[in-house]
Amino acid sequence: MAMLDVKNLGISFGGLHAVDDFHVEIEKGQLYGLIGPNGAGKTTVFNLLTGVYKPNEGIIKLDGNDITGRSTIEINKSGVARTFQNIRLFHKLSVLDNVKVGMHNHHAYSGLSGVFRTPKFRRTEKEMNEKGMELLKVFDLDQEAFIEADNLPYGKQRKLEIARALATEPKLLLLDEPAAGMNPNETAELMDTIRFVRDHFDMTILLIEHDMKLVGGICEKLTVLNFGQILCEGETAEVLSNPAVITAYLGE
Amino acid sequence: MNKNERKIFKNNMLTYLMVIAFFVIVQTMSSTGHLSNLLNALLVPICVYTVATLSLNLVVGFSGELSLGHAGFMCVGAYASALFSNIAQNVPLVPRFIIAILIGAAVAAVFGFLIGIPVLRLRGDYLAIVTLAFGEIIKNLINILYVGVDENGLHVATTSNGYKLAAGGKQIMKGALGISGTSALYKPIKSWFFLIGIILVLITLFIIQNLVYSRTGRAIMAARDNRIAAESVGINVLKYKLTAFVVSAALAGVAGVLYSHNLSMLKVSTFDYNLSILILVYVVLGGIGNLRGSIIATVILYALPELLRGFSNYRMLIYAVVLIAMMLFNWAPAARNWRSRMLEKIRPGKERKEAA
Repeated sequence: MAMLDVKNLGISFGGLHAVDDFHVEIEKGQLYGLIGPNGAGKTTVFNLLTGVYKPNEGIIKLDGNDITGRSTIEINKSGVARTFQNIRLFHKLSVLDNVKVGMHNHHAYSGLSGVFRTPKFRRTEKEMNEKGMELLKVFDLDQEAFIEADNLPYGKQRKLEIARALATEPKLLLLDEPAAGMNPNETAELMDTIRFVRDHFDMTILLIEHDMKLVGGICEKLTVLNFGQILCEGETAEVLSNPAVITAYLGE
Repeated sequence: MNKNERKIFKNNMLTYLMVIAFFVIVQTMSSTGHLSNLLNALLVPICVYTVATLSLNLVVGFSGELSLGHAGFMCVGAYASALFSNIAQNVPLVPRFIIAILIGAAVAAVFGFLIGIPVLRLRGDYLAIVTLAFGEIIKNLINILYVGVDENGLHVATTSNGYKLAAGGKQIMKGALGISGTSALYKPIKSWFFLIGIILVLITLFIIQNLVYSRTGRAIMAARDNRIAAESVGINVLKYKLTAFVVSAALAGVAGVLYSHNLSMLKVSTFDYNLSILILVYVVLGGIGNLRGSIIATVILYALPELLRGFSNYRMLIYAVVLIAMMLFNWAPAARNWRSRMLEKIRPGKERKEAA
């Protein structure tokens, strides 16, 4: 059974069919790419998958469970985590606290036990600190654990967003243009990170990206969107050599 | 405890110590007769406003919402508790006062919850305007409320002759005239009110500081920093904004209890728009999200106009200048740089250790 199984997904804003008849099947542990020219509807697909928008039609199944039309919060709880095209960190919180916010639903104690500093509070916080530092180490962020997220360099902010998403213990990770604004060195490093995340956490990953080097380098399968519709899908090499795809990207 | 938690712990302890030191110093001065009657009369109100400022800082600083109706919650707490104290006069003194505090907090919390549900769906300016309206509505409602008690029970009306009290009955709430004589009911413990006020400040600090540096507080601040990202990691933003708002309202209610029990005349006109703004000024000048700053700002700015009475007409002028100076000192980039340089000079060893 596929980890993510989307069928006939569609949404329109007024008369505009932003996404129409979108479908995708992603196996567990797969690295899947979603590409397409600007305005093709890639981020809209992400917003549909994460419950920011409610689809007009279609079914989204995560690991066999129907999650169509649920709220962002519920969808995250059922196992979808994401990063954003424009970085959205909790900028006044420390790097470690950003990750600890990600653990919110998996390491719970009540507000009252927080106020009265009960043993449960201390135990859970200790667990969270240990797990959080472990996670930060994976992303080489442990040295910066106690500085404000705002003060991290750009590349590290991207990494922290991925770490925070992973802290929610997802089954599926959605990365929205992770390489945006990165130089070639940083992109190369990011490719390693993404591969590492997949192997280390046995994660299923769907990513949107414009950087063809990144897409060609790490994605196993691709779907190409153009004007809200699927132009082409399949193995990465095949798709990237498809004349229709080249036309859509570069023009006639 | 990691480095960050140790720092926070030290910081929290310092705040408690500061409050206790303030109490000890003032109490010593007071008992040795070094404090004028005027200043003595300010002590309990300072505690009232400190609790109110701290509670507003929870909403403004940590939850990131601008609330202009905080006087409304104080008002609700003040009236509910004063009403209770007047009705339940057969309850022994100390438990009565404790129950009054709890009632004030609970009633304010209920109002916070009811107002919070619709209001926290709004953002920014809209929220400010609705809370402002709430404060005014509460004030006007209480302004026309008449409550009396006799052997048949409680009577409530919106006009002065709305009900007839049986012989021996007592008129408690008299519309715009409010509730009188509450403080007289507590005469035996009146001299302890400053201590009680300080204890309430410490309890408020305890609740807010511990709440903020816990899972709940992180969720509240995450929702403030980025609502969309907070939802994407499974945080129920509305729930946590509401939590902050209700806790804040309850604590403001406690401030109201202390206020109403310290006064012989409780009038609703006190809880007007100006009071909400005054508390907000204390929060902003003390530093948004800075609890210790809130306390310092409240003490200085509340006592200042009274201390300046000697300057008669120039009083408010000096007050305004101090406001501006504090604002610059706290927020101007140059002043902040200067401050951090000074701090480095004061404790150079520590800075070097941290850099290493």
